[in-house]
Formats: sequence, structure tokens, C-alpha cells
Amino acid sequence: MTVAVAPEPTAQDVLAAGGTLKSLRDTWVITKRNTLRMMRIPEALLLGMAQPVVFVLLFAYIFAGTFTVPGGGGSMAYREYMMPGFFAQTVAFVTAGNSSIGMANDIQRGMVDRFRSLPISRAALLNGRAAADIVQNCLVIVVMVICAVVVGWRIHRGLGHAILGFLLLLVLGYALSWVGVLIGMAVRTPEAAGSGNFLWLFPLTFLSNAFVTPSTLPAVLRFAAEWNPISATIQACRNQFGNPSLMQTHTFPMLHPALVSLLWSVGIAVICRTLAVRKYSSVGA
Amino acid sequence: MPGAIHAEGLVKEFGKVTAVAGVDLDVPEGQVLGLLGPNGAGKTTTVRLLTTLLRPTSGTATVAGHDVVRSPEKVRRAIGLSGQFAAVDDRLTGRENLRMVGELYGMRSRAARDRTSELLDQFDLNGAADRRSSTYSGGMRRRLDLAAALVVRPSVMFLDEPSAGLDPGSRLMLWEAIEKLAAEGTTLLLTTQYLEEADRLADNIAVVDRGQVIARGTPGQLKAQTGNQSIEMTVRDVARIEDATSLLLRFGKAKPTVDGDSGRLSVAVDGGANLLSEVIHELAATGIEIDDIGLRRPTLDEVFLSLTGGTPANSDEEKR
Ligand SMILES: Nc1ncnc2c1ncn2[C@@H]1O[C@H](COP(=O)(O)OP(=O)(O)OP(=O)(O)O)[C@@H](O)[C@H]1O
Ligand SMILES: [Mg+2]
Repeated sequence: MTVAVAPEPTAQDVLAAGGTLKSLRDTWVITKRNTLRMMRIPEALLLGMAQPVVFVLLFAYIFAGTFTVPGGGGSMAYREYMMPGFFAQTVAFVTAGNSSIGMANDIQRGMVDRFRSLPISRAALLNGRAAADIVQNCLVIVVMVICAVVVGWRIHRGLGHAILGFLLLLVLGYALSWVGVLIGMAVRTPEAAGSGNFLWLFPLTFLSNAFVTPSTLPAVLRFAAEWNPISATIQACRNQFGNPSLMQTHTFPMLHPALVSLLWSVGIAVICRTLAVRKYSSVGA
Repeated sequence: MPGAIHAEGLVKEFGKVTAVAGVDLDVPEGQVLGLLGPNGAGKTTTVRLLTTLLRPTSGTATVAGHDVVRSPEKVRRAIGLSGQFAAVDDRLTGRENLRMVGELYGMRSRAARDRTSELLDQFDLNGAADRRSSTYSGGMRRRLDLAAALVVRPSVMFLDEPSAGLDPGSRLMLWEAIEKLAAEGTTLLLTTQYLEEADRLADNIAVVDRGQVIARGTPGQLKAQTGNQSIEMTVRDVARIEDATSLLLRFGKAKPTVDGDSGRLSVAVDGGANLLSEVIHELAATGIEIDDIGLRRPTLDEVFLSLTGGTPANSDEEKR
């Protein structure tokens, strides 16, 4: 362990600090790191995905028979109806869990200190977090789609529309991953982050049109369910996939679900990202 | 001209707790400052303030000429940090950890790769380089963390208790590494609980307690400031202890302390080695045989304890 001093880095070895290029590369390096971390525990990754798969199977084979979708089609129609709900719910749970626990973990283990003492842009660590979540969400969506096709879910309006639907899901996931980052920074321990998520994720995903029709709910809840970003995204997905939709109300978000979903996602992402980057400077303080 | 590390009136409050209560520091370029203090004294907080991880409540500091509050990016470009608790990614291998840090310093992939192999070699981590760092022992993780702080040559290096948890061999290697860095002109601030370490490595020492610097100086100055030198000896024949005591009385500043059973005597003195040789001469002239005699300077431990007024451990509880 004799320590030779690093040769003075020459301009060729080192990217100019502070530039856009450097900042992009920092984000890329952190994204790589987070993705690698995810791959290193394949059990966790697989078990995390097994859970929604089990839910889908339970719903498809146990509950689907007890629900009827107006317009006929029986249990098959309910399966098509419920799948976009599962897609959105799974994306929400996986991303928010991932980012909040990942962030809290990095704080607890001093990784945030390590990164903050390095000459990288403030946002790079956070951007790299959110970007890795996108990677994971793509994986999750692939698994969910396979599972959906197995239980009989199909798209009916062609690939182009379907892709639009999946993009809306990814954008929603991106927005929620910033919510997760904020929560992770606020609670600072992975355990607290894990349980804290249930507090908002369950109401968010269940007070929606994922599995029931908001029209059956009391007025206040119905209003919340209709304006819920998850509902808008699910409704938009149903439209894009050509899956049955039970929405009988003619409220704005249900008439323009794609637009509302996108506005929500962008709004949430912008606000939470701004707060997160600001908080990052003082996190650990 | 202010030094490579310069702090004036640095204060950091966490709610009601004042972790750092007005610290002034100045470390000239190329020098090593040892920050000593009991648990909870504010050493880590001081390091975190200087490395831009925390914003001071008040006071100013510059590192490598850059203000830590106004231009933290410039500070970060100039420093290396190894924190009190090794910050390495447990799911990445040692090699991946170092490459990542290199790339984040802006090194091209190839340069980062080359530097990584060098460091793995130097820190004796080659055998474990491609294992996840979660499988490393505490000392290995510590070495990886230190290597990460050295990926690019920092002009100012902060080491928070770098040798905590290292075995004696690794500690010695670390010391050599630090000495080499210092010899090559890197300014260093290291905190430590091992006074021996500060004694050996630091040009200057600042003793912190309750968030304030309560003493500073070279290791020698600090020793001189507190303890006195003393002559300690053991007489062979315990029967002669009276004679030896009256002899020492003539040379010492105070009454010698005598242990009649073991024949050990000790007396505080002002003079140095000359005085010791006079004593030995006298002893020989009076025919008092001795087993062992020496001039003893106070250790930094004694200095430390007398300055901070207690055992370093558990003083955190007492004061709050
Ligand atoms: N984030 C924090 N919030 C509240 N109090 C803090 C925080 N960080 C440190 N402190 C308090 O500030 C004081 C100084 O802590 P610091 O970690 O700087 O001590 P230290 O000298 O490094 O101790 P040690 O030798 O145990 O590492 C302690 O009383 C500690 O409890
Ligand atoms: Mg400390």
C-alpha cells in the first residue's frame, strides 16, 4: 500500500467541470450505478414484480367473475378493464418505493455525502435516480404486459396507440419517482420510507377508477377519484389500448384523460424536482 | 495570505445543539493539521462544514482559496474526503466504486480505469477488487474509501478518523501514505482519536472540545504547555530508596513521588538530558545502583486528558 500520487490530470483525461456535457455524463454514471445496484439483487427485483403478477392472477381468476362490465363480455371484459389499473398501480408502487428507499439508503449510508463532496452537478445524483427508475419501469411494464396477455388482455387500436398509453405510464412513473426522492430525503431511513409510501400510495391508487367506477362513490370521493392523476392515466390507457371503460360521468379529466394525465405528471415532476434539488443541498444537515 | 484551509468564527447549530461554536483554523499549504477532541467535540461537523456538506450557521471558511458557501463547486474540485464512516457502495465491487468516483471527477473512462487499477494495487485490494464491497471487512472498506478520496490528486485532503478500525499493519501503511501525500505538497486535515497518530503525522494540532479550539500548537509545544518532564528511575536495592529520594530532591522542582515496594521514584524536572546525566553521575558517585532510569516527556494522551478534563469516552453525555 504505497500510494503513488495520481498524475496531474490533463485536459484530455478530464471533462471540463461545470459544463452541460459533464452534467449529462454525471447523470449517466449515476444511472448506471443505480441500475447496477438494482441488478445486483435480482431476488428483490423478481419478488417485487411477482407481487403484482400474483394480484393480476387473483383478480383475473377469482374476482373477475363477480364483476360485470356493462355492455357484456363477462369476466373477459373485466380483465381487460382492470389491466390498465394494474399497470398504473404497479408503476406507482415500484417507482415510488424504489426512489424513496434508494434515496434514504444513500443518505443513511453516507453515499450522499460522498457524492456531494465530488465535483458533480447538484441535480446529477437525483436525475440519475429518476432515470434508473425509468429503466426499472420499462422492465416492470414488460413483465406486466406478458402477464396481462396470459390472462387474456389485448390491445385493440394498434401498436401506435398502445405505445402512447405506455408512454403516459412512464411519464407518470417519472413524476412519482420525484415524489419518492422527496420522501426519501425527508424521512432518511429506508424503513421509514418503505412504510411511509403506503400512506399515500394506497389512497392514491385505490381512490381511482382502477378497479371500480367512481360514479358509485359519494360526491367528495368521486371528485377526488375523477381528478386523481392515476385515474386520468388509467382512463387514457384504456382509450389508447381500446379496453372497456366504465366511465359514465362526463367530467373534464375523463373526457380528456391523456391531456390531464400529462399535465399532472409534468406538474408533479417540475414541482417535486425543484423541491428535491433545493433540499439536496442541505440534506444531511 | 490565508492558508489552504482557513476558517474564521465557524459556527454550526443543529436546533439547540451547538456542534461547532466559533472555530478558527489556518492550515498553510502543504501542512498537516491534526484535529483532536473527545467524542462529540465537533470534529466531524467541522470537517463537514469545510467540505461543503453543511452550511455554517455563521462564520466563514475558505478551502484552496474558495469560499465554502459562495463557491462550493470550486471547493469540491480541489478536495478529497474520506468521512468518518466509509462511504462506499455496498452493492458495487471495489473496482466499480473507484471507477465511478473517477468518472464523477470528470475522468475519461480509460483514465478512470487505469487509475482504479493503480489504487487497488496500492491499497492492497487487488484480490478483492471484483467482489462486492458488502463482502469486505471493515478495514478493507475503510481502505477502499481512502482510495476513493485519492482518485484524483486533491490539493486539500480531509480525513475523518482515517485509521479507525484498521489493524496495526494497515494503519502503518496508511500513515506512510499520508506522509507521502504531505511530502508531495497536499494540505491535510485529519481528525483522530489516536494521539500517537497526531503526534507522528501532524505539523500542528488543534484540540477541540465542545465545539471550540481549546489549545493549539505543534505536538511538542502542546506537550511542553501542559505536562512537565520528569525523571523516572527504579533503584535496585529498595533499602537505598531514602538516599535516592534525597538525591532527587536536589535536582527536582518538587518532591519526588516514591513507591517503596517497587523502588520506583519519579520527580518533575526543568532541565533536559544534561540534568539526567548529572543525576546518573551523582547516583554512581554515591553508589546507588539503579535498574532503570529515563527522562520522560508527557505523552499527548496526558496533554489531551488534562486539556479536556476527562476521559475522551462518554464525555458527550456529561456536557449536554
Ligand atoms: N445532524 C445533527 N443533528 C443534531 N446534532 C448533531 C448533528 N450532527 C452532529 N450533532 C451533534 O453535534 C455534536 C458534535 O458532533 P460531531 O459528530 O461533530 O462530533 P465528533 O467530534 O466528530 O465526535 P466523534 O469523535 O464521536 O466522531 C454532537 O453533540 C452531536 O450530537
Ligand atoms: Mg466524528
